[in-house]
Amino acid sequence: MAIEFSLNGKPVSLDVDADMPLLWALRDIAGLTGTKFGCGKALCGACNVHLDGQVMRSCVVPVSVAAGRNVTTIEGLAEDGSHPVQIAWRELNVAQCGYCQPGQIMSAVALLERNPNPSDADIDAAMSGNICRCGTYTRIREAIHKVAEGQS
Amino acid sequence: MSELRHISRREFLKRTGQAGGGLVLALSFTAGCGPKEQVPTTGGAEAVAPNVYVNIRRDGVVEIYCHRSEMGQGIRTSLPQVIADELEADWDKIELIQALGDEKYGDQNTDGSTSIRNQFDLLRNAGATAREMLIAAAAASWDVPAGECVARDHAVHHEGSGKSAAYGELVDTAAEMEAPTEAAFKSRENYRYIGKAMDTIDGLDITTGKAIYGIDTVMPDMLYASIERCPAFGGTVVSVDDAAARAVPGVVDVVRLPDPTSPLLFNLLGGVAVLAENTWAAMQGRAALEIEWDRGANGAHESGAYKEQLLKAAAAPGNAVLTRGDVDAALEAADAVHEAIYYAPYLSQAPMEPPAAIARITEDGGCEAWSCTQNPQAVQETVAGTLGIDKKQVRAHVTLLGGGFGRKSKPDFVAEAAWLARESGRPIKVTWTREDDIRHGYFHSVSAQYLKAGLDAEGNATSWLQRSCFPSITSTFNPAATGPSSFELDLGFVDNPYDIPNMRLEACDIKAHLRIGWLRSVCNVFHAFAVCGFVDELAYLAGEDPKDHLLKLLGDPRQIDPAADGAEYSNYGHPLDKHPIDTARFAAVVEKVADMAGWGRGLPDGHGLGIAVHRSFLSIVGAVAEVSVGDDGKLVVHEIWTAIDAGTTINPDRVKSQMEGAATFGMSIALHGEITARDGAVVEGNYDTYPVVRMSEAPQAIHAHIMESTAPPGGVGEPGVPPVAPAIVNAYYAATGNRVRELPLRKAGLT
Repeated sequence: MAIEFSLNGKPVSLDVDADMPLLWALRDIAGLTGTKFGCGKALCGACNVHLDGQVMRSCVVPVSVAAGRNVTTIEGLAEDGSHPVQIAWRELNVAQCGYCQPGQIMSAVALLERNPNPSDADIDAAMSGNICRCGTYTRIREAIHKVAEGQS
Repeated sequence: MSELRHISRREFLKRTGQAGGGLVLALSFTAGCGPKEQVPTTGGAEAVAPNVYVNIRRDGVVEIYCHRSEMGQGIRTSLPQVIADELEADWDKIELIQALGDEKYGDQNTDGSTSIRNQFDLLRNAGATAREMLIAAAAASWDVPAGECVARDHAVHHEGSGKSAAYGELVDTAAEMEAPTEAAFKSRENYRYIGKAMDTIDGLDITTGKAIYGIDTVMPDMLYASIERCPAFGGTVVSVDDAAARAVPGVVDVVRLPDPTSPLLFNLLGGVAVLAENTWAAMQGRAALEIEWDRGANGAHESGAYKEQLLKAAAAPGNAVLTRGDVDAALEAADAVHEAIYYAPYLSQAPMEPPAAIARITEDGGCEAWSCTQNPQAVQETVAGTLGIDKKQVRAHVTLLGGGFGRKSKPDFVAEAAWLARESGRPIKVTWTREDDIRHGYFHSVSAQYLKAGLDAEGNATSWLQRSCFPSITSTFNPAATGPSSFELDLGFVDNPYDIPNMRLEACDIKAHLRIGWLRSVCNVFHAFAVCGFVDELAYLAGEDPKDHLLKLLGDPRQIDPAADGAEYSNYGHPLDKHPIDTARFAAVVEKVADMAGWGRGLPDGHGLGIAVHRSFLSIVGAVAEVSVGDDGKLVVHEIWTAIDAGTTINPDRVKSQMEGAATFGMSIALHGEITARDGAVVEGNYDTYPVVRMSEAPQAIHAHIMESTAPPGGVGEPGVPPVAPAIVNAYYAATGNRVRELPLRKAGLT
């Protein structure tokens, strides 16, 4: 069956199994590979996207849940990388391997939208669902503060 | 990559030039989309390639071939920094191209923290010979001596005449010339990029989701594979009922892989593959398989019982691999004797991107593969062996790696994709699930370390006996291997730097029952955990400050040669005169990191500082951790300080980021990491049962200092890991008086 929703501001219609996790619909059907597979069980956050502005773990959300709603992926944040969070990430050279960073960035953007000036504790609470095996956590904290302070 | 999915097969062939027999690859469709890859150069004077790493185009762009794999250590930034510096090239006129696997590049195995420490001179030479070729071309065209010309800012200049020629303008002349094979290197004070914190070259692609990893590559007509493998290492399929799997919508085929052979090396692990039109369908089909397994020779492996075997083996005399003085006599004469056993479990690398590869069989019977590999030449060899073709027929493309940590130096997953591609007649993408990764990996060895020291009346150690027991990596290549091999004992065991007059180091045998492989810093993990922990124990027995005691035990400045005490020692492949085990450098690192941490300062109630120092991969790292136990009984790591003496470094920001990452990786080892086995099968499966450090546990700050040095470069990616776990354990002792000799701390209820 066709599932219709808005993907990064554009209407899409995907002919997929309604139970297919949004992650695989995005990656294999819509061809957007910026959203990553890390665990498949909502444990690591590599697959985080926004569903109507809320952070969602796309690896466990059936694509049917997205029907009629707005999905934003890392590709839709700012294609030229001009979102303040993306800029801060680059200014601090946060990424090492970079694989988890789309999910980290999507979590950080959502955090800053609901809490423009988060404390370290707020950041820890909002970001602890995102695993980074390279260990970029301290730079992620710093980058989020940098955005909050309007420095990027 | 989204465009790629929407082009027809005919268009694909046209655009890739396959119709004409040429070969390009999927990744080069969209400029700026992940690592730009190698495209055959057209020859002529469109460009000139002074060597295999550099190609200077007529438009002035300098193409630099990165023959090493990027997994977060920053080599795609630091490698061109070295070449561009020697070449006097402008950073913004460089195009970085990810090289294919090809022996013409020399060693491409991005493992052992080797890229800079082994290839700094090779990279400098690549830039310097290109520079000299361009200077020679300019001198020839101006008819002046080359010695009067200089290269600067992407151009050659002749001071006397005031003539200048941009690099692109020199292509025609240079193309007629023979490139030099050697050239003088720049002096250190003239470096433009070496030693500078250049921004990560893939930063824009990473932050916009355009970066391409092994899991992201796609091809027309591709099928997606998910493979069910025998729970026990080396087991085989008895029977398969695939009816339900075939009934899953989207499933195209179910294929039984060949049984694993011995020695396994990097070859196929066997199992049953479900091929489908998308990843989800493949996974669903796989879940519907009914398979009866013969768990084979390792089917009874149980890690609890194995632990007892390890402890028993380490408690009994082993094979002496280093002997200094007379340990037995010294122990006999000692005023006191202290002994301890340290135990550290199996670990999984668990990179965020699980193993993933895509392969297609080419029209000429060769194979083209894209993968997140640390070792593209091993991909060539393994795929060639799997398919029975020549390795030159294997085009091994390297994507970005979503973490490697040693796992991705073993290309078994690429062999799976290649074999299935030939079997199915279609391009195949193999994606390992997280459970596949954690259960079917090449595991970091479980280890028991027995230590015994004799002390004099003042508490000074006069003798040191240590036994190291662990299943060897060698078992993956030779199943008959029964114990540690020499190269593993080099890693933090026989290179013991402490000034103790009587020392005997022994290796104890044990057989392997899981696939054993490398994990970031390898055997240094458990050797440093035991040695640095035991050294800390000796400090308290002597009633001394752990840092002062550490310096005392390092002794007078001197250079250690393990061979002088009968050890076989390879020093990471380098002569000791170039890369000495220098206790003065150890001491400098200890002093620095202690100073950074404010060692000796007053601490809040319940806090403790712990210190450790360890040399690995030719670099010395000191670490201090500050910890406390919260009201909930959980360990809090407040801050970590590290100092690294890596000799000459290229990109200080990437060195620091590696130290930050190593501290976090080391914390995961200290706090969480443990793989166990039951009935031959790994019990853990995902980040719930195999936890790693998360943001909420990350220290407030991780400080990293790079020691100023003009010494030859040491490794950077791995050396930060070994001292972290012992620094945390030592800090926990300082805070609580509880000594931990077994990892992870999770088992003591501290997480």
